[in-house]
Amino acid sequence: MKNRTFLQRIIGAPYIFWAAVFIVVPLIIVVYYSFTDAAGSFTLDNMKNLSDYGQIFRDSILYSIAATAISLILAYPFAYVMSRKREKTQQIMMVLVMLPMWMSLLILTYSWMNILERQGIVNTFLSKIGLSPMTLIGTPGAVIFGMVYNYIPYMILPIYSVMSKIEPSVLEAAEDLGSGSASKLYRVILPLSMPGVVSGITMVFVPSVSTFYISQKLGDGKILLVGDIIERQIQGNYNYNSGAALSFVLMVLIILSLALMKLFAGEGDDSLYV
Amino acid sequence: MLNHEKNIIELKNITVRFDGETILDDLNLTIRDGEFVTLLGSSGCGKTTTLRIIAGFLEPDEGEVFFDSKNMNGVPAHKREVNTIFQRYALFPHYNVFDNVAYGLKVRHVPKDEIRERVMEMLRLVNLEGFAKRSVAKLSGGQQQRVAIARALVLKPKVLLLDEPLSALDAKLRKDMQVELRNIQQATGITFIFVTHDQEEALSMSDTVVVMNEGKIQQIGSPEDIYNEPQNAFVADFIGESNILDGVMKEDFKASFSGHTFQCVDKGFTPGEAVDIVVRPEDVDIVKPENGMLRGTVTSVTFLGVHYEIIVDIGGFKWMIQTTDYAGVGDTVGLSIDPDAIHVMKKSKYSGLYGDYSTFSDEMEEMNQMSEELAEEYAEELAAQRAEEEEEEKDDASGGSAEEGAGT
Repeated sequence: MKNRTFLQRIIGAPYIFWAAVFIVVPLIIVVYYSFTDAAGSFTLDNMKNLSDYGQIFRDSILYSIAATAISLILAYPFAYVMSRKREKTQQIMMVLVMLPMWMSLLILTYSWMNILERQGIVNTFLSKIGLSPMTLIGTPGAVIFGMVYNYIPYMILPIYSVMSKIEPSVLEAAEDLGSGSASKLYRVILPLSMPGVVSGITMVFVPSVSTFYISQKLGDGKILLVGDIIERQIQGNYNYNSGAALSFVLMVLIILSLALMKLFAGEGDDSLYV
Repeated sequence: MLNHEKNIIELKNITVRFDGETILDDLNLTIRDGEFVTLLGSSGCGKTTTLRIIAGFLEPDEGEVFFDSKNMNGVPAHKREVNTIFQRYALFPHYNVFDNVAYGLKVRHVPKDEIRERVMEMLRLVNLEGFAKRSVAKLSGGQQQRVAIARALVLKPKVLLLDEPLSALDAKLRKDMQVELRNIQQATGITFIFVTHDQEEALSMSDTVVVMNEGKIQQIGSPEDIYNEPQNAFVADFIGESNILDGVMKEDFKASFSGHTFQCVDKGFTPGEAVDIVVRPEDVDIVKPENGMLRGTVTSVTFLGVHYEIIVDIGGFKWMIQTTDYAGVGDTVGLSIDPDAIHVMKKSKYSGLYGDYSTFSDEMEEMNQMSEELAEEYAEELAAQRAEEEEEEKDDASGGSAEEGAGT
């Protein structure tokens, strides 16, 4: 692709311009704010102050890992079953998976608040059948549930996508050569679907770790994640510098964890993980 | 070790239906130990379904499968002592050549040293010694094929199932692989069950050919039997070229067709019985018209290198004749047929469907019929159009004359 035509060069230009103005420049601004004070002079105070939020960083990461793990455990078998159904059934299942993605995250989360509230649908039902009501909203469980509920399609789709490309005859070959279900899963399906698993993990973990809305609503104000703190710094305190520092560190953490995962999962053929 | 008398696989009264369609219809088949058996038929005849039932990928709706006289119904594929070569090889894309071949041994927890030894020995057998570390995606079709063969044979199966394994290879490589597969089969003594739609492949490789159509076995026999003694018009037409004619068996050794009574070598029919007659194109001699048993006009001549393929019209039936003698289009020629070149078959549901060489393929025949119908329709349309135009012309003429009248 060394000798690109003028047309080839020009069709990429609008997006490159867009990316430069709205992605690269803002990132530079984030870094700038992170290392300056309100007056604009260089300081490391923003970074030093982050140690106050150590607990919140840890919670954010733990909740996101939990949500990602649960999504993976639920999505993987589902994606496999889906990929082995006949074409029509696959299409219907796909629509069912996508359906929640077509609705606003706000509406979905508000609905779950209604369902999980102290006087919500679940507790009303429990008291009707003579059980004592449970505290659901404001628990870590509710927040993790919210993350799984909202982001599991992003786990299912990439895994399904690689699974549906596994030829049925390859699985038959595994059986033919003596593999029972477990051995077939471990020796063939799992390694062949690894690229989908890696993208799924990325696509669930990243939005989970930076969410603020789910934790605010389903955490009932009792559970604070990094996203909430950033929002509070910028919207509440108008402390752009501190907010930027938090964002910057979160970004570095995400990049590090993704790099780590690629290293761990990609020890085989690199060309598979594009 | 080899025991050709022993039945290694038996299929009894196998019926398979799919979406209300019968794929296999009460099929019975016995395969002897060490045989090279070919299931031959066009697509949709049930040959691959038969193979999948033996492999254990498919359970028959009715009937029983026996290996070594043991009932195998309900035994899953991974517990059966057969291995399969798949049509498009189905290699594991995430493993290299060595690990693909080693797969079955690893699953069986064979010690590492032994795996190494057996895999390398297999790679030697299929001429892929230097390729152990190569990714399978980087191999040619023929090499992938060899990996698939090695992967199956390394497990020393009693029976190897091959599902059109050569169909993806080019013609010359296919010939080489045919010889190689045959050699491997003879060297190992493993029973091969080979599925193909290519009759030449079936005849050249097999001990036994099973001709299938519409979910039923049409004929089982050695390649020579199948070619020389086809049991019905379908087999005669499917294997090689044949002229298939309506005939009557006058008495033993006397068959009448195309308005002439011929000496033949068949007997055992009731006198006067209607039969199908097969005459292979290479068994017909072209002679002077006055010396021929039959007389006809040459309608087409094709030079094919070894011989000419001549189509002769005798009373509306087009004979195909393969001969080294030349005859020109439009010539009147005589045909001479030896008694042992005439094969008499009982009438079957396939009678009358095949055997005339107005066209070479069923598809072409259908197209011809269709184009005839279309031509008729077109002719009708043209006629209708012409009638309309004539009407219009009449109108114009009368209109024109009226105007003219006004002008004057």
